[in-house]
Amino acid sequence: MSWLQSIIDALALGSQLALVAMGIGLVFGVLRVINFAQGELITAGAYALLLTNDLPVAVSIIVCFAVVIAFSLAMEFAYRPLRRVTPAAALVATFAVSFTLQSIALLVWGSQGEAINFLPKLNQAVEVGDLRIRWVTIATIGVGALLLAAMALFLSRTDLGLGMRAAAADFQTARVLGVRAKRVIVLAFVLAGILTACVTLLVAVQNPLATPNYGFFFVIPGLVGVVVGGMDRLVAATAGGFVVGFATSFVADRIPPDSRAFLTSYIFGFVIVVLLLRPNGLFGRRRGAERL
Amino acid sequence: MAATEPAPVAALEIENLEVRYGSVRAVRGVSFRAERGSVVGLIGPNGAGKTTTLRSIMGIVPSRSGDVRLAGRSIVGAPSEQIARLGIALVPEGRHIYGEFSVEENLRLGLFGRESRAGAEEALAWVSELFPVVSRFATRPAGELSGGQQQQLAIARALVADPTVLLLDEPTLGLAPSVVQSLFGTLTEIRARGVTILLVEQRAQLTVAFADRTHVMRNGELVATLAPSDAEDVERITAAYFGQ
Repeated sequence: MSWLQSIIDALALGSQLALVAMGIGLVFGVLRVINFAQGELITAGAYALLLTNDLPVAVSIIVCFAVVIAFSLAMEFAYRPLRRVTPAAALVATFAVSFTLQSIALLVWGSQGEAINFLPKLNQAVEVGDLRIRWVTIATIGVGALLLAAMALFLSRTDLGLGMRAAAADFQTARVLGVRAKRVIVLAFVLAGILTACVTLLVAVQNPLATPNYGFFFVIPGLVGVVVGGMDRLVAATAGGFVVGFATSFVADRIPPDSRAFLTSYIFGFVIVVLLLRPNGLFGRRRGAERL
Repeated sequence: MAATEPAPVAALEIENLEVRYGSVRAVRGVSFRAERGSVVGLIGPNGAGKTTTLRSIMGIVPSRSGDVRLAGRSIVGAPSEQIARLGIALVPEGRHIYGEFSVEENLRLGLFGRESRAGAEEALAWVSELFPVVSRFATRPAGELSGGQQQQLAIARALVADPTVLLLDEPTLGLAPSVVQSLFGTLTEIRARGVTILLVEQRAQLTVAFADRTHVMRNGELVATLAPSDAEDVERITAAYFGQ
């Protein structure tokens, strides 16, 4: 496999995990809680696609967005009491939500998995010289770049985005300045829902078997990316997601096939080294935010 | 006998304010008022409860009992963002500017404290005139400004919200004496616009001389009130401050 092929594949996974990490970072910024149940949003979206297998693609997409955003808002509502508990208790609570949703999916659909029929033609490849690029890879890189650019514009050019960045950097000071806390939190969950719905559509093309833990294992590398990048800055978390996605795919492509079983070990070894050298992440602030 | 005229409604009125951190009574039955356009000083040793009083007024820490009234309206229990929009702005100790944001973005954040954007341009023009540094370094990351410039930015950010009451928590902390003088000059201009100022300070003599009246806090209580005429009476200030 050529280096360029590896880089293109890595860009696709990097883009996906950057979107996942941004969603996690948005919620973490306003709640200071890592939402372990973010993966269940992907699972919910996958089952929404499954249930609309026989309907037009446009309807499937709309239903997927509606379901994922609704679940995200439901999580916002469920997490409201967590604003008054310790971070450790909040973390455990998000685990509980994650496993509860997985269990419900297990009860309803079983563990075998059911096939999603969503734009399977996007798995076909185009050949450019030695390169063999699937349409979904192109779509993933394109959608990722577009969404990240749109989010960057929203956050840097609009008042609402400025308020959200301020809340993520120092929530208490933002409130004292008049930034409406509840509105910012709801907006963070809606945006996280939109990003996750887009990721769901892309993942469903590549992995069309909906299972109860469909999103859980996909989101874990995204969470790792948030930690590696730096949790206290949205751009750092997003970049961390991209780095972990890119590195995972690139290393997987370049190592001998019989070493791929150890890929996760390599990635987590890399994470341990990063956190030992830079406890606040590759792109995080060197010191913690002061309290007002 | 002529009826006594009712006292005009104060811009800010604190009545029997009680704040606790667990079992510790940080603020004990504090009462004072500030008329519109006045400057009220709050001095006292570290741990006296000055900052906690400001944080409680701003809704950051809940009060156990008592009342805080803004222009006669109770704001106890309101969230900080609502209190900001009602017209109280806090310049916190340590400034809490957003160091990675540009100076201009920090100023725009202050606009969130306005009920509407009407008049925002005038407010921005006024603070730019008051603190030229905010327009001179508009695009620079705020974290690159000097301590004095960051303090100016923090006050400018509070003022663009057009507050009726400005709470200042140790604004001169860590500033050179010349910058301190300049800052107090600016506070005079702010006061002339009709803004009520509640000034928490460690520089006792300067505060007593500048404020219309200065309350001394110790162990969570108001223990003395000083007038500008007491500014030269160092013994009296020291006695009130340290309780000798």
